[in-house]
Amino acid sequence: MTILSADNLTKSFGATVALHGASMSLEPGEILAVMGPSGSGKSTLLHCLAGIFAPDSGTVTFDARRLDTMSDRERTRLRRTDFGFVFQFGELVPELTAVDNVALPLLLAGMRRGTAYARARSWFPRLELAGLEDRRTGELSGGQAQRVAVGRALVTGPKVLFADEPTGALDSLTGEKVMDLMVDTVRAEGTAVILVTHDARVASHADRQITVRDGQVIASGVQV
Amino acid sequence: MNIPTTLLGLLEPEPSHGYELKRSYDTLFADNGRLLSFGQLYGTLNRLERDGQIQVLGASPGGGPDRKQYMITETGVAQVETWLSEPERPEPMLQATLFVKVVLALLSDRPAARYLDVQRDAHLERMRELTTMRKAGPLSRTMLADYGLFHLEADLRWIDMTAARLDQLRDEISR
Repeated sequence: MTILSADNLTKSFGATVALHGASMSLEPGEILAVMGPSGSGKSTLLHCLAGIFAPDSGTVTFDARRLDTMSDRERTRLRRTDFGFVFQFGELVPELTAVDNVALPLLLAGMRRGTAYARARSWFPRLELAGLEDRRTGELSGGQAQRVAVGRALVTGPKVLFADEPTGALDSLTGEKVMDLMVDTVRAEGTAVILVTHDARVASHADRQITVRDGQVIASGVQV
Repeated sequence: MNIPTTLLGLLEPEPSHGYELKRSYDTLFADNGRLLSFGQLYGTLNRLERDGQIQVLGASPGGGPDRKQYMITETGVAQVETWLSEPERPEPMLQATLFVKVVLALLSDRPAARYLDVQRDAHLERMRELTTMRKAGPLSRTMLADYGLFHLEADLRWIDMTAARLDQLRDEISR
């Protein structure tokens, strides 16, 4: 069973070929590490899988729906309801408090304010952030901010979480804590994860890894 | 370091006298100036011959071990192939063995990048096991797992750097 798959993707930016026949698949609830050197095409693959870029050719299928042929509006809606995102630098809104940031996706989806904030607050103890709800993001440590970002990504109950170097800006110990909490939470929620990283320690939290090299996917040392 | 199979690997491209083998070995693999002793060399060659992995191509007149030329047999080639193909058990400080494998693979036009990929997968698999172990605790186990993880991570960096420079290394050692 597959929740998200890519088949034979190609994508170029001008004369630069970023993806050159890349294929992969993700099972529901699976954590898949996507590794590869800088410039290998792993970020482009992530963007195609998340419906941010449309590939030049090949197919992306999410939950039996073709992502690559969807309109921009449909893809945007899907990203809001079914996908969550965590980036290297939390990308929290600095003017807002921690709980404002977590409630934001629910408010954007049209949820009533009281319900949205109650749900957002319920995530703070799970991410060991109790008591920090009303802090401004500038008053949080790097690890706390990144856990808020994880909460914001998961609060809508997405089927797939895209995490792009989620601990890249943190020291080792803080990074491990963020990874431990993120993995425990997605396991409890049954969320599948695409975990893009160049860090083998981060990748070792995954169930399986694939490597992107020269725009193609290598799994278990074998090109697929 | 697997000296017998390393000698087989050095013999595979072409037959060689004992002293030539020792020179190749010492040039490529001598660790911190610790050269292969003649006793170790000829003892190993005798065992390889007894096991049918090499054969003597006929000695030059005059006798003495240095007069013999050695040639690898099909059994010996199979042994090299098996050793190169099997990933090493991931453990700290195995770079020396991996380095020897890479050099021998390049010398014999075997797919060194593929061997490195297989080794990378074995390392990542072991890292997943250790990550599971460190999460289960207690802290003493976590710290032990961390020790292993950091060493494996260093190996992986070496594997990635080597994979990126195989062409350069091939040029250097074939000079």
